[in-house]
Amino acid sequence: MKDDITREERVDNLKGMGCSRKRVEDARFTQGKGNYVDDVKLDGMLFGDFVRSPYAHARITNIDTAAALEVPGVLAVLTAADLEPLGLHWMPTLAGDKQMVLADGKVLFQGQEVAFVVAEDRYAAADGIELVEVEYEELPVIVDPFEALNSDVVLREDLVAEDGSIPDGAHGPRKHPNHIFTWDAGDKEPTEEVIANAEIVAEETMYYHRTHPCPLETCGCVASMDKVNGKLTLWGTFQAPHAIRTVVSLISGIEEHNIRVISPDIGGGFGNKVGAYPGYVCSVVASIVTGKPVKWIEDRMDNLMTTAFARDYHMTGKISATPEGKITGLHCHVTADHGGFDACADPTKFPAGFMNICTGSYDIPTAYLEVDGVYTNKAPGGVSYRCSFRVTEAVYFIERMIEVLAIKLNMDAAELRRINFIKKEQFPYTAALGWEYDSGDYHTAWDKALKTVDYDGLRAEQAQRVVDFKAGKTRKLMGIGLSFFTEIVGAGPVKNCDILGLGMFDSCEIRIHPTGSAIARLGTISQGQGHATTFAQILASEIGLPADSITIEEGDTDTAPYGLGTYGSRSTPVAGAATAMAGRKIRTKAQMIAAYLLEVHDNDVEFDVDRFVVKGASEKFKTMKEIAFAAYNQAIPGLEPGLEAVSYYDPPNMTYPFGAYVCVMDIDVDTGVPEIRRFYALDDCGTRINPMIIEGQVHGGLTEALAVALGQEIAYDDMGNCKTGTLMDFFLPTAWEVPNYETDFTVTPSPHHPIGAKGVGESPHVGGVPCFSNAVQDAFRPFGNIHTNMPHDHWRIWKTANELGLHG
Amino acid sequence: MSKKMHIKLNVNGKDEEFLAEPRELLIHTLRERLNITGPHIGCETSHCGACTVSINGKSVKSCTMFAAQANGAQITTIEGIGGTDNLHPLQEAFKEHHGLQCGFCTSGMITRATKLLEEIPNPTEEEIRFGMAGNICRCTGYQNIVKSIQAAAAEMNAAKEAAE
Repeated sequence: MKDDITREERVDNLKGMGCSRKRVEDARFTQGKGNYVDDVKLDGMLFGDFVRSPYAHARITNIDTAAALEVPGVLAVLTAADLEPLGLHWMPTLAGDKQMVLADGKVLFQGQEVAFVVAEDRYAAADGIELVEVEYEELPVIVDPFEALNSDVVLREDLVAEDGSIPDGAHGPRKHPNHIFTWDAGDKEPTEEVIANAEIVAEETMYYHRTHPCPLETCGCVASMDKVNGKLTLWGTFQAPHAIRTVVSLISGIEEHNIRVISPDIGGGFGNKVGAYPGYVCSVVASIVTGKPVKWIEDRMDNLMTTAFARDYHMTGKISATPEGKITGLHCHVTADHGGFDACADPTKFPAGFMNICTGSYDIPTAYLEVDGVYTNKAPGGVSYRCSFRVTEAVYFIERMIEVLAIKLNMDAAELRRINFIKKEQFPYTAALGWEYDSGDYHTAWDKALKTVDYDGLRAEQAQRVVDFKAGKTRKLMGIGLSFFTEIVGAGPVKNCDILGLGMFDSCEIRIHPTGSAIARLGTISQGQGHATTFAQILASEIGLPADSITIEEGDTDTAPYGLGTYGSRSTPVAGAATAMAGRKIRTKAQMIAAYLLEVHDNDVEFDVDRFVVKGASEKFKTMKEIAFAAYNQAIPGLEPGLEAVSYYDPPNMTYPFGAYVCVMDIDVDTGVPEIRRFYALDDCGTRINPMIIEGQVHGGLTEALAVALGQEIAYDDMGNCKTGTLMDFFLPTAWEVPNYETDFTVTPSPHHPIGAKGVGESPHVGGVPCFSNAVQDAFRPFGNIHTNMPHDHWRIWKTANELGLHG
Repeated sequence: MSKKMHIKLNVNGKDEEFLAEPRELLIHTLRERLNITGPHIGCETSHCGACTVSINGKSVKSCTMFAAQANGAQITTIEGIGGTDNLHPLQEAFKEHHGLQCGFCTSGMITRATKLLEEIPNPTEEEIRFGMAGNICRCTGYQNIVKSIQAAAAEMNAAKEAAE
């Protein structure tokens, strides 16, 4: 059989790994034909919405629902008293705590769910909410975690024994009624000793403010209990649909096979849609009670005020070094504000996530980290907003400490990084806080970045700017922000990563159809990352069928194999690996079929792009398309018919993407307005599957980093009122505020991942936040600034300038 | 609960007539009454633009307008801009230049961009960024949205020139 196209053309036809394949998702989205949860419409569907607490801390003395039930269209009002007989007035959190589904005698944060009004439409539900009479008795409010640890006010009476003693929490002993856990990593005494005896020690206290992932689509669900056949179908904005199915089964008692969870198109997640929220539980109960489907969709204020904040870490660091700048030790203490319930979304054994990656990209011989979790009268959450578990906090911490140390040493911060990087030959590298970094080549990336931006030229320009500023020739300062980050993503090995006891493997199941096309189903779920495009590319390269002939399906627990979902950049590292491994199983069987068809031994054929060829006789071959058909129409001795495979992949290690970012910023000291002149981002995410999508992820992650660094926060007043509950107050950058980014890359494949990929979606956020912040801080360094807290909004930048005496 | 109003709209070329409470928001009329689910609800305060539609030739955020205020109006949503057989150049360009990720803002983004290109057929990057600042995207960082609009403008201008 002769071939009329070249091998190169055959490769191109597959649209496999490494090409910028256009997205298959876009046809529906550009025509308004996406199917998001609020687009789900079922016969007789009702609408549920919450009565929420106006107080941050109060006892509830009475709830009167009578007037609400008189409203035309209102069918039911659920309170904790209604849920209690079912054991559903509280629910377990991902962090080993429990959380009220509906207020059980008291409220712990403003916006807390008090009652659930079920009505024929959202207008009737809103009318009903207005008429639910709740009597509150206000209690003292604590919004500061340090105050919480010294206060007599007990936020969680349910966690104090009758004799006043404090039982252990899910993560060990608690030292105060408002204390949740102490978690540590590394060597305490040796680190303290190194720092005590060091010639150079830099210390800094920094607050990484509370913020929110704020995807454009809020959280929501539709619960439909079919009482005839006993099946519950739950559509929702779930980043982990299988985990939600298991949780719903465990807390409701409905057998898991009778629950079908469907994540339809999701309008962005960024961590907001990982957790389980009271709205899901109430919708399920309401559907069971009314016998009708019930929809619950957050409005924006509900979203910002109640579901899944991020960050809120008070961090204190000490870093020691030799006079030449070689770092000798690092100490970090965190007071973590978790709000009224500990609902952080972290693997079970990591109550502070992977904060112990806070030694960063540096060869630091000794280190110690200690984190105290604390209850306050703020919303629960603690999700990883566009990052792996607490990795943004860790990278911000170390990248600020490096800058503070550089000031102490009177040294260039780029050079300080360079002399402390883990060297290429040190990988795999075991860090002082325990992680084994799989691979990296930091010096190459750093040198490439600094050369591309002409770092020395920038510093010379900055020095001249300082001279001009002092001479009164300009009112604008220039800042050069640097960051070098190492992420830890792809959770994770089942041996140390689980959520509610569910090991964090992931999965892929492939069915090849007789005509040589295929469907693959995964345990993950895209929220904009383009899985349907990129996973087909992985498979195309692995099994030699065109990506255009492969359908990728996710998000339906009745059809997809069990997986732990999409967050923490785990889709490519874990499910992507499962996809490659399942593809290889397909290929193994295809090899046997090809050998049979070619009448040679299995070992005498080899895979070549889209076919198996007889070794040494490439004119003799069978294409994968031919093999697929043969799998269904030939009786091959010793082989079952069909061509299918499934892989459950438990990664041997996490992956460690890294990158080098530089931001050049001008700051008007009189208005406090920063202008980003240039942003260069070099990412190393290992093997690159789709450069177009990688670049898009970097643009988006950097923009979310810009938001967090330069203005976005969830702020409270002393009464626990959330001051940033709408997009009027909560900063989301528009096209007008966002610069163009320059993207670049190096490729250091992961040695343990089947295709060497590491994940990229979160890197730009993790590396971007310190880069933007460092740019602001660097602009003020010549005038004595050491550290100021984010977010660097115009007012705070102006204030810094003012405090440094730059306003004359 | 007040008296229902008699409302007539023309949506994507089709006449619609119904009785609705005065408080019914236009986005709910479109999405729930007429099953036109392209426009989305993102903030309910006019900030995000996911609900953007064109009303009598102007870009309007339908989440903060009553259906009654639109009585008698011509409304175009993303569904009226182009379909599989007649994609608008903006729809083509957003696909070609990776101008979207999760897709939630895309309907409003493209609907707004059609009006921007009517207002300024050959916009500069600055004009695009200013003219699109009422539409928030959380995924793309806007760089490829700007690129998509520039490409569509070039395409539309070339087609216009060829026709003249």
